[in-house]
Amino acid sequence: MPFAGRDMYRLVAGMAIALVSSAFALGIPIALEALVDGPLSGNNPSLVWPAVGLVALLGLLEALFVFLRRVTVLTPGTRIDSRIRNAMYDHLQNLPVAFHDKWQSGQLLSRANSDVSLIRRWMSFGLVLLVSNSIAIVMGVGILFTWSPTLAVVFLVCSIPMFIFGSRFRNRFAGLSRAAQDQWGDVATSVEESVHGIRVLRAFGRGDDSLSRFAERASLGRKLEVVKGNARATLTFWLVWIPDFALATCLLVGVWLASHGELTTGQLFAFFATAAVLAGPIESIGYLLALTLEAQSGLDRIFEIFDHDNSIIDPQKPVTPKNATGSLVFENVHYRHSDGLARDLLNGINLEIRPGETMALVGATGSGKTVMTALPARLYDVTLGRILLDGVDVRDMELETLRTRIAMAFEDATLFSDSVRNNVLLGRHDLRDRPPAESDAVLAQALSIAEAEFVYELPDGVDTVIGEQGLSLSGGQRQRLALARAIAAAPEVLVLDDPLSALDVETEARVEAALRKVLATTTALVVAHRPSTVMLADRVALLDKGRIAAVGTHSELLASSAKYRHLISSLSDEPINPDDEVGS
Amino acid sequence: MSTTGVAGEDRQDFTSRENEQIRARSLGLLQSLVKPHRARFGWSAIMVVLSTAAQVAGPILIAWGIDVGLPAAVDNGNFVPIMTIVAAFLATGISAAGFLALYTRWSIAMSQDILGELRRRIFAHTQRLSLEFHERYTSGRIIARQTSDIDTLGELLSGGLSNLVAGLLFLAFTAIALVSIDPISGIPLAIAMIPIVGVTLWFSNSSRREFRASRIYSTRLIIQFVESMTGIRAVKSFRREPVDRESYADKVEDYREATRRTIHVFGIYDPALKAIGTLTVSVVLLFGAFRVIDGTFEVGALLAAVLYTRRFFGPIENLAMFYNSFQSASAALEKISGFLDEKPSVIEPLNPEPFNATSGDLALHNVSFSYSAGTPVLPTFTLTIDGGQTVALVGPTGAGKSTLAKLISRFYDPTTGVISLDGRDLTTIADADLRREVTLVTQEAYLFSGSIADNIRLGKSDATDAEIEAAARAVGAHDFITALPDGYDTDVNKRGNRISAGQRQLVSFCRAFIANPRVLILDEATASLDIPSERLIQSALQKLLQGRTAIIIAHRLSTVAIADRVLVMDHGVIVEDGPTADLLKGTGRFATLHRAWRDSLV
Repeated sequence: MPFAGRDMYRLVAGMAIALVSSAFALGIPIALEALVDGPLSGNNPSLVWPAVGLVALLGLLEALFVFLRRVTVLTPGTRIDSRIRNAMYDHLQNLPVAFHDKWQSGQLLSRANSDVSLIRRWMSFGLVLLVSNSIAIVMGVGILFTWSPTLAVVFLVCSIPMFIFGSRFRNRFAGLSRAAQDQWGDVATSVEESVHGIRVLRAFGRGDDSLSRFAERASLGRKLEVVKGNARATLTFWLVWIPDFALATCLLVGVWLASHGELTTGQLFAFFATAAVLAGPIESIGYLLALTLEAQSGLDRIFEIFDHDNSIIDPQKPVTPKNATGSLVFENVHYRHSDGLARDLLNGINLEIRPGETMALVGATGSGKTVMTALPARLYDVTLGRILLDGVDVRDMELETLRTRIAMAFEDATLFSDSVRNNVLLGRHDLRDRPPAESDAVLAQALSIAEAEFVYELPDGVDTVIGEQGLSLSGGQRQRLALARAIAAAPEVLVLDDPLSALDVETEARVEAALRKVLATTTALVVAHRPSTVMLADRVALLDKGRIAAVGTHSELLASSAKYRHLISSLSDEPINPDDEVGS
Repeated sequence: MSTTGVAGEDRQDFTSRENEQIRARSLGLLQSLVKPHRARFGWSAIMVVLSTAAQVAGPILIAWGIDVGLPAAVDNGNFVPIMTIVAAFLATGISAAGFLALYTRWSIAMSQDILGELRRRIFAHTQRLSLEFHERYTSGRIIARQTSDIDTLGELLSGGLSNLVAGLLFLAFTAIALVSIDPISGIPLAIAMIPIVGVTLWFSNSSRREFRASRIYSTRLIIQFVESMTGIRAVKSFRREPVDRESYADKVEDYREATRRTIHVFGIYDPALKAIGTLTVSVVLLFGAFRVIDGTFEVGALLAAVLYTRRFFGPIENLAMFYNSFQSASAALEKISGFLDEKPSVIEPLNPEPFNATSGDLALHNVSFSYSAGTPVLPTFTLTIDGGQTVALVGPTGAGKSTLAKLISRFYDPTTGVISLDGRDLTTIADADLRREVTLVTQEAYLFSGSIADNIRLGKSDATDAEIEAAARAVGAHDFITALPDGYDTDVNKRGNRISAGQRQLVSFCRAFIANPRVLILDEATASLDIPSERLIQSALQKLLQGRTAIIIAHRLSTVAIADRVLVMDHGVIVEDGPTADLLKGTGRFATLHRAWRDSLV
């Protein structure tokens, strides 16, 4: 059992303690038999006290050991649970972006939460009881043999059908439980989407549609649970009825044996008292079996995540570039989505961004600009070719180093539920051990370049908690904070994906003016849709059909490339003539 | 402090009055969920009673077998009594099993129906709650309500709400059976109830506290999980993993400790009950044994009495387990009922007259808006937009343009004043009617799982494939869609990474196009598009907006090309308002802005 580690010993100890407690439980009928056949038939009142005392003692010991079992198993159970949770979270954080593109967090959550809880319940409860109950049953049957081998054999033979129904149940239930868990993962995804996309649903008044789609998914889950329940009901029937049938047969045979003098009343008494103790564990097997099967498919689902290898990892022998000038070179870079089209999205990109140079990347919607910007920091890995940062293949560098040297601002600005300060200084791990004045200065400078001074007017200034759990900001405000974050990281290479799209013209102009100073000394790759953004760049690369079609200054490309003109300046050759539009 | 709605969700230190209030609220919810299933609930309880009766008969029959059947067989060689008893035993066995199986089936179906209904209610309520609520209540919390809280309730229900009834009846049956066999043995049993009640009270208080804590920590865990998985790109590129790992591990540890405590409390309660049980059995045995020796009591009856007393504690433990999961579930129900208690701030009218927009005239009369008292986002103003007009709304970020758009599309209600469409107050129009007539397209173009076609169909649920394609062609999305692996049927989830922000905006435009509303509001809906795409959209809009009322917010002033009228906003105030041509000719803010923008194009 992975994740158990040394807690496994405590689990085993728990099983042993559980066994001892069942042994005490099983000892009670033996004491009873001694009482019935001893003092009661011998009319010896003086022996009643010790016999009853023994029964009481055994019972109290049973209770004590139940308590000990719970205490012993408790900590390891919860510890294994947290170990799986942490390992899974780590693994998911490390898995490449390409993995997360395909898995919604709802499906992941159902595995990282519901399935893990299921395994904890099984570990600290199901597993221990399953093992100890099974052993108790075996021991109990053993004791039945000491009372009367014949009766015990009768009992066993009559119980055989239980195994048949048990294994039939197993085959059926395993598949059902997997299907149900997957379904609940989908339901969680529906919930997640309905919340994240609430504005769209509201705007189109599609709340009812999404409700009915959700209800459909949930009712499929319900159906699976009901089928599972029916399977359990059938098993319960057999698990209750078969032991009763066995007991009835034993009663008949027992009386017959007693009538032939082969059995004392006390033995018969004890036989049934023991068998009564067994009824509980036998019936519980049904529930425990179901729990085990559910935990098993939960574990399968968890391991499906662990089995996804992280393909973007630190190299074995990391190389650190000797100089940190910030040259970024794409050499024959190809990129293809692992499960997608049979053609390369990027098809042989060759591009050199010189130290300190700002390169604008222009291309039609969907031409692969965003993927190209994600490659240098290894959010995705190139399929073919290589990317060199300061002369070293980015795959030969430690991720920590690489991502310290390259900072990114995304178009959809992700802010975390944290203070403005922590959001902006996210990339500056080094500032944590520095005097606060230093980090304040970095913060203030980044905010000023990104024109994000509005944060000082927030209720708690730069300590205001923003993000999903905090104050909600407008698109433009978020974008400026994301930009400030990239700037604060003070990287060698700045990768900006259309960083100013949500800004108004005036703010944009101010940001650009300030940004120009940063870009004068920093290597940058900037995705641009607007001429104004292009103006930030020293040179422009035109991305077309997965290749760099042209590289040059803005005016060179305007002169030489019709495609470029089409992409960047086509609006300006449509002079605005509002008079035409009036009254439309 | 308040405990209404979701307020106080993270608190553990409730006063006893608040406790009462919260408990009443969640019990009320549970009642309303169980009520429709009363009949089924009753039937499954009857099944349990029958099954229990049959099971209780078992020990009696075995006792008879030994006390009656055995002597008859041994002394007279008469096997008739024992045969009869065995036959009866078989019959009770099969009915016990059969009724139990039926009960299991019904109770699971019932509990799944209850959970389904609760899921539906939470989902519907989520959709009903205003945007204002969603802006402060994290998605992670709602997901926690819908997943782990529901799971917890599921554990209670699958343990069987009817288990409660069954357990109580079992207790009653066994007690009656015991007393009818041997009244004296009933006395120790009655005395045993005193310590049982005592430990139960202790357990009740401690477990409520621990389960509440466990719910709070579990929610925090889910919130962080969802947040870091949704923001994984930023997490990676800014190397937030170590920080996240640490804070997640802290949360896991809090949760682990809380869970450990909940189990620990039960781990004391359960053996305590066992110990009380064992002492009671011993006392019964003691009294019985002396009476057997006196010859006033049969051995068989003693066996039955001992078995009954033991059996009496079986259901008590089951009840304890039920109570344990009940405590756990009520901690979850507290959160769910609080969520369901939240009142939407934008309320649907009760009996709205049907509404069909005709001209599309918009009027905002003495409207003002503020999120919290004292800080107006939009000070009082009046504005009319004639039907069919295309209005460009410009101004710096934070000027209140988006707020105005959200007011007109009734995402929020104004703090004061009235907004009307065709002379009808928006607050009197049914949501479905309003959404049909007024559509807001925002910058964030969210795609739902499903195909591209499904996503476009969101604008019009009965749109045909041809309509969808026509809309996609009109906004210039057709080409990129057909280039996807499965064209319009491409699953956006599995290939989500292939759809760029610009393409998502095109899809969201298709939605608006196909929705065909009377009033269309575009809030930065073209921000991520490249210029050729934007130009295509512009020309598509020119056709689409014929005869429609439109409000367009765009930083790229190319939009004004198709606008009849421009409103310039600053700090929540409309500072310029006039026909586009007039404003362009003037020297005001708009003219300056426009010139700056023209210059930026070169």
